[in-house]
Amino acid sequence: MNFLIEAFQFIFDPANWGGSGGIGVRLVEHLWVSLLVVVIAAAIAIPVGFLIGHTGTGKSIAVIGSGGVRALPTLGLVTVIALSVGIGLTAPIIALVVLAIPSILAGAYSGFEAIDRRTIDAARAVGRTEWQIVTAVELPLGLPLLMGGLRSASLQVISTATLAAYVGGGGLGGFLFTGLRTNDYPQMLAGSILVIALALLSEGFFAILERVTVPAGVRAGLPTSVRARPSRSRATAA
Amino acid sequence: MNWVANNLPLILQRTGDHLAIAVPAIILSFVISIPIGWVAHHYRWSRGTVLTSIGLLYAIPSLPLFIVIPLIVGTGLRSPVNLVVGLTLYGIALMVRSTADALGSVDSNVEQSASAVGFSAWQRFWRVDLPLAGPVLLAGIRVVSVSTVSLTTVGAVIGISSLGSLFTDGFQRNITAEIYTGIVMTILVALVLDLILVMIGRALMPWIGAVSPRRAARNARAARRSGEVTA
Amino acid sequence: MIEFRSVTKKFPDGTVAVRDFDLVIPSRKTTVFVGSSGSGKTTLLRMINRMVDPTSGSISIDGEDTSTLEPVALRRRIGYVMQNSGLLPHFKVIENVATVPILNGVPRRRAHQEALTLLDTVGLDRSLADRYPSQLSGGQQQRVGVARGLAADPNILLMDEPFGAVDPIVRAELQVELIRLQRDLDKTVVFVTHDIDEAFLLGDQVVILETGGLIAQVGSPSEIMAAPTNEFVANFIGAERGKRALSIRSTGSGDILVDSSGRAAGILVAPTAPDAE
Repeated sequence: MNFLIEAFQFIFDPANWGGSGGIGVRLVEHLWVSLLVVVIAAAIAIPVGFLIGHTGTGKSIAVIGSGGVRALPTLGLVTVIALSVGIGLTAPIIALVVLAIPSILAGAYSGFEAIDRRTIDAARAVGRTEWQIVTAVELPLGLPLLMGGLRSASLQVISTATLAAYVGGGGLGGFLFTGLRTNDYPQMLAGSILVIALALLSEGFFAILERVTVPAGVRAGLPTSVRARPSRSRATAA
Repeated sequence: MNWVANNLPLILQRTGDHLAIAVPAIILSFVISIPIGWVAHHYRWSRGTVLTSIGLLYAIPSLPLFIVIPLIVGTGLRSPVNLVVGLTLYGIALMVRSTADALGSVDSNVEQSASAVGFSAWQRFWRVDLPLAGPVLLAGIRVVSVSTVSLTTVGAVIGISSLGSLFTDGFQRNITAEIYTGIVMTILVALVLDLILVMIGRALMPWIGAVSPRRAARNARAARRSGEVTA
Repeated sequence: MIEFRSVTKKFPDGTVAVRDFDLVIPSRKTTVFVGSSGSGKTTLLRMINRMVDPTSGSISIDGEDTSTLEPVALRRRIGYVMQNSGLLPHFKVIENVATVPILNGVPRRRAHQEALTLLDTVGLDRSLADRYPSQLSGGQQQRVGVARGLAADPNILLMDEPFGAVDPIVRAELQVELIRLQRDLDKTVVFVTHDIDEAFLLGDQVVILETGGLIAQVGSPSEIMAAPTNEFVANFIGAERGKRALSIRSTGSGDILVDSSGRAAGILVAPTAPDAE
């Protein structure tokens, strides 16, 4: 337990918070990278997912593709991209975007699937345009599962962003790898505890967000989270 | 390709290391999840508590977990046992929910009927509930298998040998072919294990898909009909 | 002989399925519980093999109080046949039939041999033995269910709406088959149905139940038809609607029986069957 005490001493030592390699900077880096990745992945996956969900085509390709990505080891992806684009943030960002897309995609199109087709037929029957159906019916009703997908992706990204430091991309993983090189287990432990705390905070944040954004009438009776289903995995690599 | 040809023994060695970590973790998570899943399924009050705490376990990032485990279990940081424990925990996080869902998927009429003809609770669990939960259990363990095989590579960054070592070694020595080999082999291992699981499932559940020709034709007709309606 | 003595069953949610129920079910006869849903008929049946335990009162089989018997052992010596056959989908037909003997410790080989004989008894071809239930028709599944119920050679056979889910033609076949079986095997059969025609066809003793397990009338079909005790029974058996009030009408080509609204319902023949009531 001595290690644990030393690790917390490391975290709570103000000297370790400032400076370019301090906890403050690395925390911001970690969050910034994670946010950037989720935004990019969402910008790609949500429109594609809505298209698949709305038209009902291309679903099998999306399912197989997502399954394939889940089998893909992220560490391999990060290192191979880093070798071609160089050390830094680019490689982990690309790898993390690839990792995040399946969850968001699944959330987006399964949100559509969860909607009773009769509701949509009814909307069409009263004369709504396709665009109006998407924005007024499918989007609000599909929101719970989309939020679940975003939550799952964010968790994966925050976890896996730890690997960014392995290819010189910064973030909280830095403490892990510095500690590993210098045989400083308390420092590794400190970095680990910080990442774990961040991941749990993200979970809590999304749990609250889901409650706030999803109207009660919609929440009742719908499966609220993609990641809650046993059939979906996240092949988190860090 | 040259790299592969020159390093076949290394690739085999790493594949062996990989399997020695992933396979025990998959088996252990399956075995351990069954009693926990049963409790979550059987006692209504426990379901929320068990599934939420297990879900929280899943939210813990894996690399940091592998660093924390030695502190709790007392294994060495670079010991494969450390990785097996961590991967088993992840497997359990996925599999407990699957197990609870699987047991919930068993037709309650069949359960009632088994009790009515005189299966004791214990016999009913082993001979009726568990086999009939098989398809959902299989789906769950397949997800665990793929995710475990992929996660095993992460151990390489803390020095635990696996196919992931091909990533770290290839990265440090700037050998792209080595990393690609690692990626391909990891996916291959995942696919082979998946195939094995499917075959085990087929061998253990011969009643799945045993449908009379007449019924199959009727199902096909029904499928066509519903297709026409939605088209 | 099965005896219910002031049996009450109250479920945890507060519903009283059966209240202060008394009845003697004679051995080697068919007793049919008939009533609509909520009449407690299935609960009564399930109390016999302790799938449900009474809240108060007692049930005895041949003088032995069932509450003193171990439920699992009790169930293994009572046959049980339920709606949708209740077969185990992952057991082959032969394994389903042999389930109870194997649970009772009969060697597998012998249990399977005996199960094959039972397939003959219920009129199924032995070639079906290696199929799974999903590969059989509804009527065939129901026959397998009966065979399974008979496998341990029980004195008592409980049947919970066993023919409720099959189409009318198959149901009629199964009913005739059951009458034949009962004549050959001489079991104490307790049968639950909501179909009064089925009850009159199969029952030696018919128990008409009102909501809450209240006995409206007990008697042989002819007794009940001849003298319904109250309006509820009369209504239930269709006497009021005139379906059973038949009269003879002469037509040009002979005499026929008509119901009270004048629809042809049958013809009058000389009694030939020895077991006619």
